Amino acid sequence: MILENQTKRGLGQSVDWKLIGCYLLLILIGWVNVYSASHATDGTSALDFATRSGKQLVWIVTAFGLAGLILFVIPARWWEGLAPWLYAGVAFLLVAVIFLGVEVKGSRSWFAFGPVRFQPAEVSKITTSLLLAVVMSQPNFKISQIKSFILTALVIALPMLIILGEKETGSALVYAGFIFVLYREGLSGWWLALIGLVILLFITTLTLSPYTSIVILIAVLCICNAFQRPKEFMPWILIGAGVVLVLSLIPWLWGLLTSHITAVNELRTNLVTVPEADAPTGLSKLSFLLKIEPLHILLVLALGAIPWFTIKSFRERNLFLGLSVATLVAGIVLVFSTDFIFQKVLQDHQRKRIEVLLGMKEDLSGVGYNVNQSMIAIGSGGMRGKGFLNGTQTAYGFVPEQSTDFIFCTVGEEWGFAGCLVVILLYVFLIVRLMLDADKCRESFTRIYGYCVAACVFMHLFINVGMTIGLMPVIGIPLPLLSYGGSSLWAFTVLIFIFIALYRQEKKYF
Amino acid sequence: MDNGRRTRLLFGLGVAAAILLGKIFYIQLIDGHYKEEALRNTMVYDVIYPTRGVIYDRNGKILVGNKVAYDIMVTPKEVEAFDTLTLAQVLDVTPEFLRSKMDEYHRNIRSIGHQSRVMLRQVPAETYMRFDEVKYRYPGFRGQVRSIRDYPINAGGNLLGYVSEVDQAFMDRHPGEYKRGDYAGKTGIEAAREADLRGEKGYHIYLRNAKNQVEQPYKDGEEDVEAVPGHDIVTTIDADLQQFGQELMQNKVGSIVAIEPATGEILALVSSPGIDVTQLADIGKHYKEIAQNPYKPMYNRAVQASYPPGSVFKLANGLIGLEEGVLKPEYQYPCNHGYHFGAGHKLGCHGHPSPLDMETSIMMSCNAYYCYVYRNILDNKKYKGIDEAMDAWREYALSFGFGRKLGTDFPSELGGNIPSGSFYNRRYGKGHWNSITVISNSIGQGEILITPMHLANFCATVANRGHYIIPHMIKASEGVEIDPKYYERQYTLVDTTQFPKVIQGMWRAVNSGPGMGGTAWVAAVPGLDICGKTGTAQNPRGADNSVFICFAPKDHPKIAVAAYVENGGFGATWACPLASLMVEKYLTGDTQRKDLERRMKEGNLMGRVKKDK
Repeated sequence: MILENQTKRGLGQSVDWKLIGCYLLLILIGWVNVYSASHATDGTSALDFATRSGKQLVWIVTAFGLAGLILFVIPARWWEGLAPWLYAGVAFLLVAVIFLGVEVKGSRSWFAFGPVRFQPAEVSKITTSLLLAVVMSQPNFKISQIKSFILTALVIALPMLIILGEKETGSALVYAGFIFVLYREGLSGWWLALIGLVILLFITTLTLSPYTSIVILIAVLCICNAFQRPKEFMPWILIGAGVVLVLSLIPWLWGLLTSHITAVNELRTNLVTVPEADAPTGLSKLSFLLKIEPLHILLVLALGAIPWFTIKSFRERNLFLGLSVATLVAGIVLVFSTDFIFQKVLQDHQRKRIEVLLGMKEDLSGVGYNVNQSMIAIGSGGMRGKGFLNGTQTAYGFVPEQSTDFIFCTVGEEWGFAGCLVVILLYVFLIVRLMLDADKCRESFTRIYGYCVAACVFMHLFINVGMTIGLMPVIGIPLPLLSYGGSSLWAFTVLIFIFIALYRQEKKYF
Repeated sequence: MDNGRRTRLLFGLGVAAAILLGKIFYIQLIDGHYKEEALRNTMVYDVIYPTRGVIYDRNGKILVGNKVAYDIMVTPKEVEAFDTLTLAQVLDVTPEFLRSKMDEYHRNIRSIGHQSRVMLRQVPAETYMRFDEVKYRYPGFRGQVRSIRDYPINAGGNLLGYVSEVDQAFMDRHPGEYKRGDYAGKTGIEAAREADLRGEKGYHIYLRNAKNQVEQPYKDGEEDVEAVPGHDIVTTIDADLQQFGQELMQNKVGSIVAIEPATGEILALVSSPGIDVTQLADIGKHYKEIAQNPYKPMYNRAVQASYPPGSVFKLANGLIGLEEGVLKPEYQYPCNHGYHFGAGHKLGCHGHPSPLDMETSIMMSCNAYYCYVYRNILDNKKYKGIDEAMDAWREYALSFGFGRKLGTDFPSELGGNIPSGSFYNRRYGKGHWNSITVISNSIGQGEILITPMHLANFCATVANRGHYIIPHMIKASEGVEIDPKYYERQYTLVDTTQFPKVIQGMWRAVNSGPGMGGTAWVAAVPGLDICGKTGTAQNPRGADNSVFICFAPKDHPKIAVAAYVENGGFGATWACPLASLMVEKYLTGDTQRKDLERRMKEGNLMGRVKKDK
């Protein structure tokens, strides 16, 4: 096998045509939908360069030029060496844009050169992926080592924080996707679980109650310990089930008791003439209990249990149990600070978007308007959709930003579930193909870079589509290759084609 | 290990894609409400405006009807480039007007969207016909039928009030009831009975496709709502009498109010200068002119102007004196060209025989007589002090409806003023005033203020011998209810037996013949048995106001009239003949005294009236 591959191969054999085909198909679908989304306001000529579809065509052609440049002109082996410089350069641009950029919808993240606007945050995905691949492909790199871990974290966090500073929350969130790359390269899966747990606790605290959140936290930790120690599987499950059962009953029992005390108290105040001896004084002396909430009982129980489990973990040298206890403590702190984070740390519009998403507030005219109209557009598509240019939601402009961030609405409305299925499967195919190709590579650099590209595409896909169907808060990031806009199209073209070039180089020489 | 991780990542990817597709599947194929919402988003409401209720007079004549006019509507999104000049000619407007309108729509195109805007209001039928022939050349323009007000007779402009399109402030005051483009009554009966008159809008719902073409009725018209016409209103107004009153009052400032005593129904309510119905029909055009008129035609003097009643009020003081027992019809008091009090003070009077009794005092309107009566009321020993006596007198006056809002069904009625004991205590200090201080009240001057409506109601009360029914001008009719209070008798605190004594004086004031000292002999019409009382009220802003109240016939009265003419001089000069002509017109259907009628109609007192700036 290896010997066969050593001969130099031509373009036809060395490039992943399926990947490129998928890329072209998505771009074509995007262009058709951009035309549909904008023809009602822009006029009917698809090729008129004053219209969005006309402009998009320009972006597409130039993107093809960029792709050619990367495939045929720039030697693929340069990327590894260029990575740190590009990264530094883009980091500089990211900072510079805060001072020199123009403000678009509340965030300063765009450079404007006449009519052309350009967002460094889009490019930053590429340079971060490249540098990440460089750092993680070093021979002495091991993610479980603290030094490697910190270096990786820095590479990701630097652009992420600057972009957060530009108030481009959506773009910053994409960087969280690199955790999947780290996982692929050896990061413990518990980190993913931990992040999932944090999100879960945040949501349950906001929508249900801190009490319920803590009960869920305890249950999750018990189950994790059960699977981690198969020997103690049953005891852990029993402990978990018992604790959850008791804790679920406490609020109910408490409700009974306190309502009884209140009733007795009312009786006593209403019937002052009743001799003291006759009144049921025993219960009313417990009035102080009224001030106690089930949450307090829970905390007292936890304070007792935590030292006990800590000691147990030391005795048994059970690191996982120790970490579980730490997680419990951290989880409780998180639950109680959720409200603070939600009210004080998040900005007003972010808070509202989350409230709408979690159904805490019905706000169909304000923040919830976009999502509602977007869901109406998609939901009204049915199985086969209303047909090209027949989407009424699209035509009447009920969905704002429809050719950019909400392009998926047009797909859903005019092409129906069939269209959505095709588009999402194409993305899944693209991501899977990237991962499989990456895994075939010998060079860790190429492999890691490939995973980075896959992670970026995945994050954009999930956040963007999730937003249009009310699964994610409204976060303004484009749908890769489909949304109108040059910055995004160019960035994803470059991102993907660097991988194709790197992959081609592998195939050529191995 | 590595492959295991990739597998898990692929598995995760599959789960994520399944979540997205699952939710999409759910909203597209399971939850139907999004389709319904999308349909709603494409609905076009074709509004059908109801015709407004017709307003009738008491005899079935139409005071306010409806006629058809057209609004020219524009849907800016559908407008294509067009020949401004031709369309302007067709619509009778300047090309600049069209251009500026189109520019305006263009600027606000985002907020207008696919909606229509009214470009021209109430275009007459002829213009619309011209437009209708060529409108196929102007996509985006269409006509909408609106029914607008039509006034067959020029009667009761101020009463009727006007209808105009609601503005933002009006919509804010009535949240949820009105939309842009709706009409509403703004003044008079149109405003007071808006809820009855307006009817309910209907609409047809259509669905449009993505190209903004109307495709089909929504749910086969199942949810369409037909317009419900407004209820007709029957007023108590006699259109002929109202019109006659307006003609009599032209070029004079003041009011005539006529009431049917038995029912409290207002037969005519003239406020002059008033608003012509031609102005009402096109209030938009005339509004500025009306608002700038120094004589304030919008101001309804009949219920809003507070005047001193003058000698007419002697009747009230006489009745109160009788009821209090401090006056007997046979009491005689001297009059030496007035009532002399203190050191050289005098409340003057005109020349007439002296001393005289109560009946004659009414007939000849003696001032001095009522100074005695009023002082007797206030200095009555049964009260602890003058302030208490004053309050007792006030209670009587209030029971006649004076000094407070009567509660008519006419909006913006004012209450006038009857002073109280505490009022004078505040003004002069307790114990620092006596019956002399307030002696002007005896003859209806001083602090007493009434509206012409009060006077007419008072006249009806006397005609009814002691009770009145709150004056009103809407009759109960099919679908229109009126407050039960408009059927109830309101008794005064003066016993009904006292009234005939006063009425006899009023009869003599009119029917004693010229030269006999009766102040209102001008009003006499043989056979009509008119009873009346003149008044001449001082007006600090110029010549005295001329006041007269009368009712007829003496027994079973059919009409009570109050006339108040600003700066008209003696009551007998203007108010008296005016009221008398009204009575004659109402009772006989015409007038015999054509000379008097012409003199009254031609009389112009506007020069005497001080204008407001």
